[in-house]
Amino acid sequence: MAEDIANSGTLPDSVDTRLPPKDAPLLRIDAVEKRFGGFVAVDELSLEIRTGEFFALLGPSGCGKTTLLRMLAGFESPDRGRILLNGQDIAAVLPHQRPVNMMFQNYALFPHLSVAGNIAFGLKRAGLPGAEIADRVAEMVALVKLEGLEKRRPDQLSGGQQQRVALARALARRPQLLLLDEPLAALDKKLRESTQLELMALQRRLGTTFVIVTHDQEEAMTMADRIGVMESGRLEQVATPRQLYEAPVSRWVAEFVGDINIFEGTVEARDGGRLTIATRDAGAIVAAAPRQPGETTRICVAIRPEKVRLSRRGPVADAVEIGAINRLEGVVTDVSYLGGLTGYTVKLDDGALVRASMANIARLDIDSYAAGQRVVAWFSPDDCVVLER
Amino acid sequence: MSARRIFTRPARIAVLAPYLWMALFFLVPFGFVVKISLSQTAIAQPPYLPVFDLAAGWSAIKAAFVALSLDNFRLLVSDNLYVLSCLRSVIVASVSTAILLAIGYPIAYGMARLPKSWQPLAMMLVIVPFWTSFLIRIYAWINILQHDGLLNKILLALHVVAAPVVWLSTDTAMFVGIVYSYLPFMILPLYATLAKLQPSLLEAAADLGASPRRAFWLVTFPLSLPGVGAGVLLCFIPIVGEFVIPDLLAGSDSIMIGQTLWLEFFTNRDWPVASALAVVLLALLLLPLLIYERLQRRQLEGAQ
Repeated sequence: MAEDIANSGTLPDSVDTRLPPKDAPLLRIDAVEKRFGGFVAVDELSLEIRTGEFFALLGPSGCGKTTLLRMLAGFESPDRGRILLNGQDIAAVLPHQRPVNMMFQNYALFPHLSVAGNIAFGLKRAGLPGAEIADRVAEMVALVKLEGLEKRRPDQLSGGQQQRVALARALARRPQLLLLDEPLAALDKKLRESTQLELMALQRRLGTTFVIVTHDQEEAMTMADRIGVMESGRLEQVATPRQLYEAPVSRWVAEFVGDINIFEGTVEARDGGRLTIATRDAGAIVAAAPRQPGETTRICVAIRPEKVRLSRRGPVADAVEIGAINRLEGVVTDVSYLGGLTGYTVKLDDGALVRASMANIARLDIDSYAAGQRVVAWFSPDDCVVLER
Repeated sequence: MSARRIFTRPARIAVLAPYLWMALFFLVPFGFVVKISLSQTAIAQPPYLPVFDLAAGWSAIKAAFVALSLDNFRLLVSDNLYVLSCLRSVIVASVSTAILLAIGYPIAYGMARLPKSWQPLAMMLVIVPFWTSFLIRIYAWINILQHDGLLNKILLALHVVAAPVVWLSTDTAMFVGIVYSYLPFMILPLYATLAKLQPSLLEAAADLGASPRRAFWLVTFPLSLPGVGAGVLLCFIPIVGEFVIPDLLAGSDSIMIGQTLWLEFFTNRDWPVASALAVVLLALLLLPLLIYERLQRRQLEGAQ
């Protein structure tokens, strides 16, 4: 259902190109529930993941994403519901018998084994002949670019190298499904960004289905084909990164993913595809009506900062008259220069604070505003998202 | 420069303290023992010759040095009594240590697997018997194991045996006493290493296809080897020199080196032979210590 709303025609068609062709799901999670004492960690959650997909479970800590991942690995068993892998219920399959491998958050490398020993661990358990194990280890070492370090122990490696060993070890058995629990959390920012790209390239090359758990939305958006946003054990929305950002289904998702301005108000008029909303502290705002209009009139309008434009005089009055543009006047209170972008905070005459971010497309300081300056903040009704309050 | 300032003068003196302690209370007394072991028995006070007479000056000390001999060590090798008691000590210590490991490992493993809030209680239960005097606990065992003791009463009542079994003054009784007394020394170091083991390592092993049993032998056990080494040494070394337990619980037909030592010192008043025996015992115990120390150092080097 969440996807239907997100698929409304307001988005460009190119959104779906990253999705693999629709075929039978590799993994089907069917109304799975898990409780710890009285705490509901995963609450009747259903989800399908396709073969070859890079899927991210995104959510704040404690939302149940790791518990869900651990159920997939077999370290926790669901209290209710089914987990189907290739159509077969794997509830009764013990962790060591699942065609699923996991990369642990702290890597969980065996400290008494060398790099090669760690990678070979799973292959030996699979009973492969020695020559084949040696070949596969060499292949994996090359895959994660650790040549020459085969004989090192984990504590003789840097954090980034350990991360690679953990990845190679998890991939060595050629699992149908690779689970990654916050795989990049321990790396510093630069290394994390380059590793994200490497992980994506690797996933495409191998065609293995990846399910990654992360609390870092940028990481999820960068890498994943689809993202499932979790909160309190439930999936709030399952969508492509673009849908998630541009068409969040709830106020919670809108606020969790990226930065957003939210104005609460009530619907004053409906005119075809346009809603006129009387907001509490930003005057009247015209917004594109959602495909499936809700019953409630108490709603909120959300607009991303980069879709709010600032100017000294504002767009022509005609456009405002016919509701083609929203025009809010106020005073700049805060300017933060971030290099590629400059963020502004504008205090509207009606009281609300609006954040706007503008790309610094020219090197010279021709299009910036100073604190205290009167400006017009304007944006298109099509860029607004109407959400239930 | 800043690194040097960390080690202030008091800190540098503190580093010397353990060496000073060792020199004063181990090396110097051991020097006496070595010296006595090289002397001859005499009916005198003290009961050996020669004695350094510091007052007689340098030449007397030189003469005393010349009079030293290895006769006592030759005696130790030539007389079966000493060789056998040495051998018995090593065998008893090995068997006891093996039993201790077999019993202590599962207990330590279970303790490390308890919920965190229960672990201090389990630790207390292991340590609490130590609040009672060691001798009293051994005498309690005599009480339990004797002819009309608790064990025989229970066995008779349960009709497991028809007549009382002789427990006391057997090797079985001695092993029971040794294992009972030394168990905490085996459990505590094992528990310390097992409690440190990351649970995620076992999950990783399971994830990579190892059954719980294989995961134990491939991950848990190798990673607990430092604890096994410490526990084995902590038990093996004092058991080799154990005197009280075999004296009170075992029969008198074969004796351990600690008992031989006691006999030589107090019954025979042959201080030189007893000292020689003490030196041999120390050399014997130094061997496993050196091996352990070497293994540990290699492990440390491997880690760097």
